[in-house]
Amino acid sequence: MALDQSFVGRTYPATDPYEVGREKIREFAEAVGDANPVYTDPEAAKALGHPDVIAPPTFVFAITFKAAGQVIQDPQLGLDYNRVVHGDQKFAYTRPVRAGDRLTVTSRIESVKSLAGNDVLSVRGEVHDQDGEHVVTAHTTLVARAAEEA
Amino acid sequence: MAAKIAYDAVEVGTELPAQVFPVTRADLVRYAGASGDFNPIHWNEKFAKEVGLPDVIAHGMFTMAEAIRVVTDWVGDPGAVLEYGVRFTKPVVVPNDDKGAVIEVGAKVAAKLDDEARTVRVDLLAKSGDQKVLGMSRAVVKLA
Repeated sequence: MALDQSFVGRTYPATDPYEVGREKIREFAEAVGDANPVYTDPEAAKALGHPDVIAPPTFVFAITFKAAGQVIQDPQLGLDYNRVVHGDQKFAYTRPVRAGDRLTVTSRIESVKSLAGNDVLSVRGEVHDQDGEHVVTAHTTLVARAAEEA
Repeated sequence: MAAKIAYDAVEVGTELPAQVFPVTRADLVRYAGASGDFNPIHWNEKFAKEVGLPDVIAHGMFTMAEAIRVVTDWVGDPGAVLEYGVRFTKPVVVPNDDKGAVIEVGAKVAAKLDDEARTVRVDLLAKSGDQKVLGMSRAVVKLA
């Protein structure tokens, strides 16, 4: 079923803050096998001009995707999550995410399309820190594959 | 930010050192835990096949995380990455054996964007087996 175009532009309330911890960053860096000390050693991070350890570029997706759950699970939108695959992902950074950040995400539906029977949903997540400063914007495109003929 | 590569030292076509990233089922379980993405298509073969996949597949975001390492290892400071985007074109299929799969990533400077801001666009090519697994894979990086 085609998604309702009137959802384009809909903005969802900002999430509760997510506090970025040094050990969570370490766990993520180890999970992707990245030994760059800027992710684990505060002194190495300071040597590059960062106030504390920073997170790998894709770390923030866990936070923005959880926020996008508000959209995906919006019963009014009616996206069939069982058929959803990740189409595109893009990040635009003002600065890297770092330990000590308390991040909130505001999600907005950027576009709703129907391509060859697939529903294509683009969601923008604006990530701000505890001072209200912009950190990163995540653009996520999800594709709900067309249901097979019954 | 403290990139270790100078803007003046690169040209359009400059290649970044390519890397090969092995990925096993254990890596996917670990990534699931670290990222919070517990979708069973990334660890449960029976489930993956029931939804029409050939086998367990890697998280797209795992592949995205590996690919950018070619850029961050090159530039030194991951904070120099200003933009990073990919399209997930094909899944990385990870068999349940001691080898798993391999993601091969190459990259080159595709454009010098701004002489004053010293930004370049790097285009990445990520393959697994003979398949291109990421499309439109690009990063904007601020050099020294």
